[in-house]
Amino acid sequence: MLHYLLKKLLFTAITLWVASMVIFALLEIVPGDPAQLMLGINASADAVAALREQMGLDLPLPVRYGAWIGGLLQGDFGVSYTYSVPVSELVGERLWVSLPLAIMALVLSTVIAIPVGLYSASRRGTRTDTGIMAFTQLGIAIPNFWFALLMVYLFAIWLQWVPAGGFPGWDQGLFKGLKSLILPAIALALPQAAILSRVTRSALLDVMGEDYIRTARAKGLTARAVLWRHALRNALIPVLTILGLQFAFLLAGTIIIENVFYLPGLGRLIFQAISQRDLIVVESVVILLVATVIFINLLVDLTYALVDPRLRQGTGRNAS
Amino acid sequence: MKILTNLAKTTALAAALTMSASFVAINAWAAKTDVTLGMVLEPPHLDPTAGAAAAIDEVVYANIFEGLTRIGSKGEVLPALAESWTVSDDGKVYTFKLHTGVKFHDGSDFDASDVKFSLDRARGEKSTNAQKALFKGIESVDVVDPATVKITLSAPAGNFTFNLGWGDAVIVAPETADSNKTNPVGTGPFKFSKWAKGSSIEMVKSDSYWGKPVALSKATLRFIPDPAAAVSAMLAGDVDGFANFPAPESIPQLKADPRFKVVIGSTEGETILSTNNKKAPWTDIRVRQAVAHAINRQAIIDGAMFGLGTPIGTHFAPHHPAYKADLINTYPYDLDKAKALLAEAGFPNGFKAVIKLPPPSYARRGGEIVAAQLRKIGIELEIVPVEWAQWLDQVFKKKDFDLTIVSHTEPQDINIYARKDYYFQYSSDTFNKIMTDLNLATDQAERYKLMGDAQTLITKEAVNGYMFELAKAGVWNAKLKGMWENAPVQATDLTGVSWAE
Amino acid sequence: MSAPVIEQLDAPETWRDVAKKALHNRSFLTGLIITTVILALAIISFFWTPWSITELDILLKLKKPSLEHWFGTDHFGRDIFSMIMIGARNSIAVALVAVGIGVLFGVPIGCWAAAKGGYADEVLMRTNDVIFAFPALLSAVMITAIFGPGAINAILAIGIFNIPVFARISRGAALSIWPREFIMAAEVAGKGKIRITAEHILPNMINLLLVQGTIQFSLGILAEAGLSYVGLGTQPPMSSWGRMLNEAQTMMSFAPHMAIFPGLAIVVTVLGLNLLGDGLRDVLDPRLRRER
Repeated sequence: MLHYLLKKLLFTAITLWVASMVIFALLEIVPGDPAQLMLGINASADAVAALREQMGLDLPLPVRYGAWIGGLLQGDFGVSYTYSVPVSELVGERLWVSLPLAIMALVLSTVIAIPVGLYSASRRGTRTDTGIMAFTQLGIAIPNFWFALLMVYLFAIWLQWVPAGGFPGWDQGLFKGLKSLILPAIALALPQAAILSRVTRSALLDVMGEDYIRTARAKGLTARAVLWRHALRNALIPVLTILGLQFAFLLAGTIIIENVFYLPGLGRLIFQAISQRDLIVVESVVILLVATVIFINLLVDLTYALVDPRLRQGTGRNAS
Repeated sequence: MKILTNLAKTTALAAALTMSASFVAINAWAAKTDVTLGMVLEPPHLDPTAGAAAAIDEVVYANIFEGLTRIGSKGEVLPALAESWTVSDDGKVYTFKLHTGVKFHDGSDFDASDVKFSLDRARGEKSTNAQKALFKGIESVDVVDPATVKITLSAPAGNFTFNLGWGDAVIVAPETADSNKTNPVGTGPFKFSKWAKGSSIEMVKSDSYWGKPVALSKATLRFIPDPAAAVSAMLAGDVDGFANFPAPESIPQLKADPRFKVVIGSTEGETILSTNNKKAPWTDIRVRQAVAHAINRQAIIDGAMFGLGTPIGTHFAPHHPAYKADLINTYPYDLDKAKALLAEAGFPNGFKAVIKLPPPSYARRGGEIVAAQLRKIGIELEIVPVEWAQWLDQVFKKKDFDLTIVSHTEPQDINIYARKDYYFQYSSDTFNKIMTDLNLATDQAERYKLMGDAQTLITKEAVNGYMFELAKAGVWNAKLKGMWENAPVQATDLTGVSWAE
Repeated sequence: MSAPVIEQLDAPETWRDVAKKALHNRSFLTGLIITTVILALAIISFFWTPWSITELDILLKLKKPSLEHWFGTDHFGRDIFSMIMIGARNSIAVALVAVGIGVLFGVPIGCWAAAKGGYADEVLMRTNDVIFAFPALLSAVMITAIFGPGAINAILAIGIFNIPVFARISRGAALSIWPREFIMAAEVAGKGKIRITAEHILPNMINLLLVQGTIQFSLGILAEAGLSYVGLGTQPPMSSWGRMLNEAQTMMSFAPHMAIFPGLAIVVTVLGLNLLGDGLRDVLDPRLRRER
């Protein structure tokens, strides 16, 4: 097991290192001069040159890469060109929006999807089941930004129950904060819930087909008892895997929804930083995201390995 | 049982409705001394002396930072930190009498040495001031006594006090100059209190302000980049207003809503179809004139700006007294004439070209319409949308473009046509001579005449396609008083803003 | 098991069996009809649309739906139904090419990883993780920052995102096929790994790829709409459903038709494709669902 763990960790480190080089190189070829962008079209050439020097943009490429990586290893993510504050501070602020939003959306989609999936599975083949599944198809098909627009129109403009967007900050009170995150959370949760309930249903049905469930049924347990006691627990693995993926997606893949509700989240930070050529922010945040996803994958792999010792032997011939 | 649940449902619904109703009521009737305004762009930082972003001035100008002079809502020069000034007979020496008892927000005193420091810093070698050219004419800045500053120019400059009113010329303290980007310390009536990046900036009333205290206790500027989000924020009552509303298409709807006041004012933004004057076939004046004849300004204003904007015939603000209004008739909309000119220039069947469009909707929408209009005379435009960074790189720096649409928002910026190597690559000795004369002239009548000559020249030569002056669509709560109607400089001046009873 | 028959994994199904099943599958039929209609609209748009969308007539702007303009007109006076027809062409083209990129690169990568195993497998799969870790929208933003926006970039961004999807699924499928007896028989017969993959593994995952392809196709349409909505995708004068929604959103309260029809076009198309995919899965091989 130790050998397996070490090897996995080594691969993770190499992957991260390669990823860092790719990200850095990609951003180098992005045209546009951050200094010129900050000073605008009327700026004189020597003012731009002075700013470039101040930002360290005149240094050669390898030196800047070295400085960035060296900083990362010591936990220093650099200083944003545009905001002139440490990147870690920016990310920290944004996480206070993105993290609660992702968690809310995830909780919402789980709370909806698991019972729906369970119910649908227990009524397999009936009209209710077909109806629910058709509904989930619809949930997947609706573009979440369109759904968000419709919700803003209904709940914010017409009924005025919630703000149309923005985030007041948690210091304004928990209720106010939650109120401004509820619509985006619903918009994000809808397609996720639809997918998750389908996954839950089919995972349950798969488990129900297994031998030991048949045995349990033969022992005289009721269908409902079997569903609760045995099937659900075993169906949780695929469900959790999907949840893990969705969480990673929700952290940064929400740019569009953040735009609709003008939320100061992580996704919009990157979006903005790219258009302002705040390269150091883009580089550091992207490498953080990549690292997060890789670690989630690593955790999933390790969990599988713990559950199924056979996987530790081979070098990854695990069907995933 | 069923009846019971129904009853419970109804009660719950009623409760929910009352609750939401009372929310609205509380919001509307509490005595207000704070204001929340929406802004499209978030400033990158808050030091107006180290960046050109209009958003910086839109937050700090007149609110947090003050200069020796300031520009008022009608574009006039007003005294600010300087109580008064005198000019020597040769027009080269300005002596400013400063207000006394002025304090920076950190409690330190303001005096003449701060003025010297600020101006020397702005024109110094290491300066990253975006408008360094404003200070070029300054030969020296001398402290006469703590309340008097003498500025000597190398040559008389007619608009020197106007230039000192720019946001780039505000007075900062030496101790805090370097940290102003994140924690601005000025002498203004508001002091900076909080910046939630990507979301909002908050400032509060400064109790130690030297001048007339402001009515507001707190002002929050919220950044709402998306026009659609701006519309919903306004309609949902999330913000009290926008000094400059980004979605002209919803202006009629907001106008019809008694909750809001809509004020259409003017800006200094000449929106032009910039043309690459050194790239064939645009080097041929007949081609540029053909384009000028083929452009229907009113259709562009109606289609792209939903009717907001004033047609212009040259690169000058129509509300300025020196504007030459008759120039708009130089090239009337005439497709036959346009086609004839193109044929004469050797393009009877037109040609293909590229139009690069930066993000603002005046450019993106305007570009679509311009493309459709030029198609009628055989010029096929390929539309290439670019973000600002790309625009600066490709169009502004490398001059790799045929046409582009940009609004030039600096006040009285016709002098850019005299700049060497400016992106639309116009060069004319006649024009340069007019500008040199203008800089030296101090008599107003003579200045206006020279400005008129400059306008006539660039229009005659059809340097760029002159489309319209950007309008400023202000939208705010009907009870809010004192917002600026026009935008002579980029500012959200909150010093005169208050709530009606 | 009688020895010589090693090619077939399942009991042979004739096309007639499949067709019969298909005709009785409601999901498949509904999906097929919707998809056909959308495809037809897209093809017709090459030859004919009710109105021209390149000529702007500002006087006709923001007309409500009528007999003349079935879905109304937009802020430039263009006919929305015509724009939706041309938008269908755009969505389909982008999503189709993006799926093509995914299959073309993803499947060989997945098969190779499964055949090789060991470090090659590990390295490939980690690379996949990195690409997968990158939200499609982010790579689109980066690509746009380099090349400028346009349909090609949307295709690239979605296509790149599709590669790891197909790599994973084909690796998984290949891994489950490799231990089968008929593969072992082929190995014993001296066939090389490449040959086995081409002759035995690939044919046995075609159904799976077809089903996944349909799903990715519908996801591609959603993604294209999202990219165009934020201004990174298709550019004017070409019309795109996502961009139509973007233009519509500021006018929602007084011209709701501008937002409703393009939105419905997306929902209906994606729904149709998903139903088709679901139906295909049931019709082609019900067992696939469990193999995954």
